Amino acid sequence: MEWILNNLPRITDLTLAHLLLALPAVASAFLIALPIAWAANRVRPLREVVVSGTGLLYAIPSLPLFIVLPIILGTGVRDTFNVIVALTIFGLALMVRSAADALDSVDSGVRLASTAVGYSPAKRFFSVELPLAGPALLAGLRVVSVSTISLVSVSAVLGVQSLGSLFTDGFERGIVPSIAAGILMTALLALLLDVLLIAAGRVIMPWARGGGR
Amino acid sequence: MAIDFQNVTKTYPDGTVAVDDFSLHVPSHTCTVLLGSSGCGKSTLIRMVNRMVDPSSGSILIDDADVATTEPVALRRRIGYVMQDSGLLPHRRVIDNIATVPRLNGESKADAHRRAHELMDIVGLDSALARRYPKQLSGGQQQRVGVARGLAADPNILLMDEPFGAVDPLVRVELQRELQRIQTDLRKTIIFVTHDIDEALTLGDQIVVLKKGGEVAQIGTPENIVEAPANDFVAQFLGLDSARRSLSAAPREGGGWLVSDGRGRPLGVVNAAPDQRSETD
Repeated sequence: MEWILNNLPRITDLTLAHLLLALPAVASAFLIALPIAWAANRVRPLREVVVSGTGLLYAIPSLPLFIVLPIILGTGVRDTFNVIVALTIFGLALMVRSAADALDSVDSGVRLASTAVGYSPAKRFFSVELPLAGPALLAGLRVVSVSTISLVSVSAVLGVQSLGSLFTDGFERGIVPSIAAGILMTALLALLLDVLLIAAGRVIMPWARGGGR
Repeated sequence: MAIDFQNVTKTYPDGTVAVDDFSLHVPSHTCTVLLGSSGCGKSTLIRMVNRMVDPSSGSILIDDADVATTEPVALRRRIGYVMQDSGLLPHRRVIDNIATVPRLNGESKADAHRRAHELMDIVGLDSALARRYPKQLSGGQQQRVGVARGLAADPNILLMDEPFGAVDPLVRVELQRELQRIQTDLRKTIIFVTHDIDEALTLGDQIVVLKKGGEVAQIGTPENIVEAPANDFVAQFLGLDSARRSLSAAPREGGGWLVSDGRGRPLGVVNAAPDQRSETD
């Protein structure tokens, strides 16, 4: 406990660094997954190929990806951009299937009705299909958020600063409280982000709250 | 606004012929009912009017203008559409559902909501329901919202595809009565699709009885069809050949007639002519 109190500023800095790696990756995974999922649903024969194909990205071992990506991107191994791209790829692996299923789950009667009353295809997508896919999209996003928060730690092995650095340092120097703090803060961060996502969902989608009349 | 179907045929890519050489004149300001069992192509026909389905051959004219020359989205916004299970947007409140089409047409939110409140009044919905979501309403209330949405942009034409098919019989009768009342005031050109004979007889100024493939078995007023069914198919479909509609009347003590069906089940009483009654009163 004393160690944690003494190192509070460093833990705070690392938490912030952790977030700065995770949040852009979660956001870009979400935003990139949407058009891919939409296109996959449109071209039916390709759907399973695209969805399973992106899903397989998750099978890439994370450490080698962190090392190989810079060669493709032309960045340094410790570049935050490199880490964010790698995390985005893992996010996509989870999010594309969620998004494709979410967009697919919109009731066909509602689709038909919105066309019948005069929604143009684009307007129908953004005003009807996307919002109605919202709850299922949110469910997928929550998985991506938790997974990304935990994956960020791996980049500490490369020397990129994050909460993972508390493990690597703690392990090298035999400081158990450092390791404990790393585990605790990662879990807390994942939980906090999850709660924020649920709250945002409640605010943005008040209609989705349970209960009949 | 009159609607004309001219030699309309619809063949789907798999070879199914939904409608074969169908022609019909739908007069302005009247309600035409397309009556038939499932698979008779009645839904396909109604969807051709707002170009949800395009015919394989033939044309549909609204006031002599071919709908094929009109941009579908614009066309749909000036034709009211009410469907079974209401088709309301679950993520929009009642008031916003009703305001959908005026909003799509670029009306301000305030104007569209004012209009939506008027319509809630017209279709008999308590204005307290305006802020609810569709799933918080009963089936009958949802259909009323559906009708209000169909009327919101004040279209001349209203397409109704089995709008009361999913509500229970009592509510259905109530909704039919409301529609009749609304139609007396608004005088829209309505095409109403149903498989319910009683509904057709209640609402239709003109009834079109359809066989498979959109083949017309008979066109006529409700009276025409009940009095003089054109063929066995119509008689059978309406149940005219069954005991249910072959009625007989017997003089009743105290005036009037007791009416029974073919099985002798008493159905009701026909009162004596009004002038006679005033004498006995």
